[in-house]
Amino acid sequence: MSEKVRTRLEELDDFEEGSQKELLNLTQQDYVNRIEELNQSLKDAWASDQKVKALKIVIQCSKLLSDTSVIQFYPSKFVLITDILDTFGKLVYERIFSMCVDNRSILPDHFSPENVNDTAKETCLNWFFKIASIRELIPRFYVEASILKCNKFLSKTGISECLPRLTCMIRGIGDPLVSVYARAYLCRVGMEVAPQLKESLNKNFFDFLLTFKQIHGDTVQNQLVVQGVELPSYLPLYSPAMDWIFQCISYHAPEVLLTEMMERCKKLGNNALLLNSVMSAFRAEFVATRSMDFIGMIKECDESGFPKHLLFRSLGLNLALADPPESDRLQILNEAWKVITKLKNPQDYINCAEVWVEYTCKHFTKREVNTVLADVIKHMTPDRAFEDSYPQLQSIIKKVIAHFHDFSVLFSVEKFLPFLDMFQKECVRVEVCKHIMEAFIKHQQEPTKDPVILNALLHICKTMHDSVNALTLEDEKRTLAHLINGFIKMVSFGRDFEQQLSFYVESRSMFCNLEPVLVQLIHSVNRLAMETRKVMKGNHSRKTAAFVRACVAYCFITIPSLVGIFTRLNLYLHSGQVALANQCLSQADAFFKAAISLIPEVPKMINIDGKMRPSESFLLEFLCNFFSTLLVVPDHPEHGVLFLVRELLNVIQDYTWEDNSDDKIRIYTCVLHLLSAMSQETYLYHIDKVDSNDSLYGGDSKFLAENNKLCETVMAQILEHLKTLAKDEALKRQSLLGLSFFNSILAHGDLRNNKLNQLSVNLWHLAQRHGCADTRTMVKTLDYIKKRSKQPGMNHLTELALRLPLQTRT
Amino acid sequence: MGTSLDIKIKRANKVYHAGEMLSGVVVISSKDSVQHQGVSLTMEGTVNLQLSAKSVGVFEAFYNSVKPIQILNSTIEMVKPGKFPSGKTEIPFEFPLHVKGNRVLYETYHGVFVNIQYTLRCDMRRSLLAKDLTKTCEFIVHSAPQRGKLTPSPVDFTITPETLQNVKERALLPKFLIRGHLNSTNCTVTQPLTGELVVEHSDAAIRSIELQLVRVETCGCAEGYARDATEIQNIQIADGDVCRGLSVPIHMVFPRLFTCPTLETTNFKVEFEVNVVVLLHADHLITENFPLKLCRT
Repeated sequence: MSEKVRTRLEELDDFEEGSQKELLNLTQQDYVNRIEELNQSLKDAWASDQKVKALKIVIQCSKLLSDTSVIQFYPSKFVLITDILDTFGKLVYERIFSMCVDNRSILPDHFSPENVNDTAKETCLNWFFKIASIRELIPRFYVEASILKCNKFLSKTGISECLPRLTCMIRGIGDPLVSVYARAYLCRVGMEVAPQLKESLNKNFFDFLLTFKQIHGDTVQNQLVVQGVELPSYLPLYSPAMDWIFQCISYHAPEVLLTEMMERCKKLGNNALLLNSVMSAFRAEFVATRSMDFIGMIKECDESGFPKHLLFRSLGLNLALADPPESDRLQILNEAWKVITKLKNPQDYINCAEVWVEYTCKHFTKREVNTVLADVIKHMTPDRAFEDSYPQLQSIIKKVIAHFHDFSVLFSVEKFLPFLDMFQKECVRVEVCKHIMEAFIKHQQEPTKDPVILNALLHICKTMHDSVNALTLEDEKRTLAHLINGFIKMVSFGRDFEQQLSFYVESRSMFCNLEPVLVQLIHSVNRLAMETRKVMKGNHSRKTAAFVRACVAYCFITIPSLVGIFTRLNLYLHSGQVALANQCLSQADAFFKAAISLIPEVPKMINIDGKMRPSESFLLEFLCNFFSTLLVVPDHPEHGVLFLVRELLNVIQDYTWEDNSDDKIRIYTCVLHLLSAMSQETYLYHIDKVDSNDSLYGGDSKFLAENNKLCETVMAQILEHLKTLAKDEALKRQSLLGLSFFNSILAHGDLRNNKLNQLSVNLWHLAQRHGCADTRTMVKTLDYIKKRSKQPGMNHLTELALRLPLQTRT
Repeated sequence: MGTSLDIKIKRANKVYHAGEMLSGVVVISSKDSVQHQGVSLTMEGTVNLQLSAKSVGVFEAFYNSVKPIQILNSTIEMVKPGKFPSGKTEIPFEFPLHVKGNRVLYETYHGVFVNIQYTLRCDMRRSLLAKDLTKTCEFIVHSAPQRGKLTPSPVDFTITPETLQNVKERALLPKFLIRGHLNSTNCTVTQPLTGELVVEHSDAAIRSIELQLVRVETCGCAEGYARDATEIQNIQIADGDVCRGLSVPIHMVFPRLFTCPTLETTNFKVEFEVNVVVLLHADHLITENFPLKLCRT
């Protein structure tokens, strides 16, 4: 056994030394990959039960943390390696935990050491003995810290005894950077395993203060010279670790402790680094109330050490979260900005300014914000420095927008638009415009006609619109159009309709590439026309009539530029209705004719949300809508009777319908309904101040004859179609269609007419002939007829009912 | 292979004291039934002494190894010749840990020239055609806690160029002042060695500070005796140029098996020492030696 242990230990040493050399000549990416490989091989080794190999890998990894040869890489390396250590800690803990599973009972989460069996304890103890014999300090520290949690298996006080010892152990680490990261790791593990043990956290902090002077000692300075690293880039390497330690300490810490810590930091010379961590880690309220103190301390700091812009940035971050005392606010801004504006490097400047904009917006008026924006422009314009800082500039804009919900105030900030001009890269520019428009849509409550807002937003919308090109994605277009529409809807000149229309005209010329915007404009103009009608209570004066015609003309010339066929059809119909309502008869005719002549162009399939769908159902829907409008459209004096209906029927006749579809017949049925309605003495509905055919013809017999002729033609078509359905596979359709035709005749036809009566009886039989009819529907229909026959003047239905037999189930 | 033999000692840490009952089971597992000529269990305890090449010369070291001292040797017959059924058979055993006569049950210790080891050996004798099966298993003996309270014996030390011996040219040494103390040189093997060390001042940068645990083994025989000091382990307590004036903890856990209470018998001695080693840049090596007295409480 002794032999075995000895060779194992020797092996361990070999493994360490051999592979560490390997890592010296690698690039950063290779290094990262290599560490990731090690992480994987750790898991593999563990999975294949090679515990000793796993330990070796972990030791080897943590050994890398004693190497500071590329010092800027140290923080990244720390993260990568502690990740492996965490994996290891977890594996060991879980392994021992699983050994405690006795008789299928699992240990509770808060177990006590008495519940742990001897084998598990022995294994755990073995790990600790093995780790205690690791030769080098840093690996020994890290590996032990990584399995800190395992102390729970051995004794209740294990962790609370271990933490102070490990804390002391760090004192042996000579390099201050290595030691501060070791402290950060210990604090992290400690917080995770035993958050109630605050003592060691504080001890770490105070120990760190004791060794703080080392940073300026010869050993470190020599190292920096060798590596060619300047102090201002070296010191920030401490920040992540220190921030972490400080944060652990200040978490739920009493005010007294924080004050004490701050006092201790104050006492040390050249304490910018400490100050920065205090500001990043302590509660924002704590820092904010002492802002003036902090500014004083920052000013006293040595120029050559920790970069001041980072200090002001940290302070600014606190002030964005918590408010300083009312009386100090302006002075804080002045003092801070005095320093910030002197920063020469545009990157340093913008990183700092970005943070302070939030504070300025929160507590001050547009005047101060304007000054700040002006200052940013001044710093970022030379040498096109803004090109490297788009994210920060964007964030500034976002902060300003977030605080100025009143857009008239926002745009009266003189430097706001010049600030936008700095976004010269198009995609960034459009992003910013989108943010502004989103904010506008969200926060603008009332419609506006403020010329400042309109000008600015038109400019912004134009920018968005102009970014659209052939490569723009559909989604992007939709978003942009949505934003522009939101703006258009919010513009109102009140009673000044002329101005409103000219705004729409201008918008059309600006946004001609976005179809949804044009659609919105057409709707807006139609609405404007109807508003006018409402104001005039239906009686247009010469002036308003001309205005309304202008609106109608606007729509008429805009619609053809759209692409979507149903969009065009519906808009023609809609605009036609508006024209009709405003007594623009010939214009209405023009719309309807345009719609009719467009129907042959409707393709078989249309693209809906990226999928190709048959268009017939849409066409059917549109046509039904169209028919109900046509009822009230008066005939044109120069064209024949029912000119539009005939035109439409021709188009339907010529349209190439799907082979196996009955939609054409459904449409014909609807036409029959229309014609039936048209032959009434007074129509069911009218448009105010428009004489429909009922009053034009006054039930003229010639008109009725024409109407009848049309009916006959259409019915002939329907019957023809029913005949073609007399095939096996189409019988069901024939039955359905026959019944629906029967219903139409029942509802709209005059059944005292013998021919019609006979036809309906035939249809009834047709529907039932092949046993395809639904008996319940037939029964209901018959009941309905019987019921109606009892109403006055409906006697003839009684006779009809007798002629309609019900098919028996056989 | 069909048959396997295993010894399972009851205690997980395998530690026993004189007078205790060593118990456990012998496990025989096999797919088929096993024919055997008897199973016996032997408990052995020996002290192996070896003379180092340094003190007596290579050949003598090789041939003249001192005869091992037997502490324990007893055998019991567990099972009479017969047959084990297929599957797993567990045979429990109990062995009282007693020594005969005036022999002492020393603590288990794994050293270089001195080895104190206790084993259990299980033998299954089989017919001519099948090989005999043997399984050995080490168990660990701890001596009884020593009576009486351990008196702590703290040691303070100061190391400066002036305190050093074996220096060739004292003038070439950089100036330094290192102070420290060990809480006690009388240690319990189960408790770590503790203390503190402060680098008050040093002109040269410090590279490393280490604790070197050393065993000193003495073997006596007719021709005289050999005394050898070898390293057990080296534990670094400071890495790099540590902060001046800040105490660095001295902390070392005594490794199990490789350390035992300090032992002195007529034939051999096992003693321990610790060296505090300070490495300065420019390859200066400063060592301060402290003899330890280990015991078990």
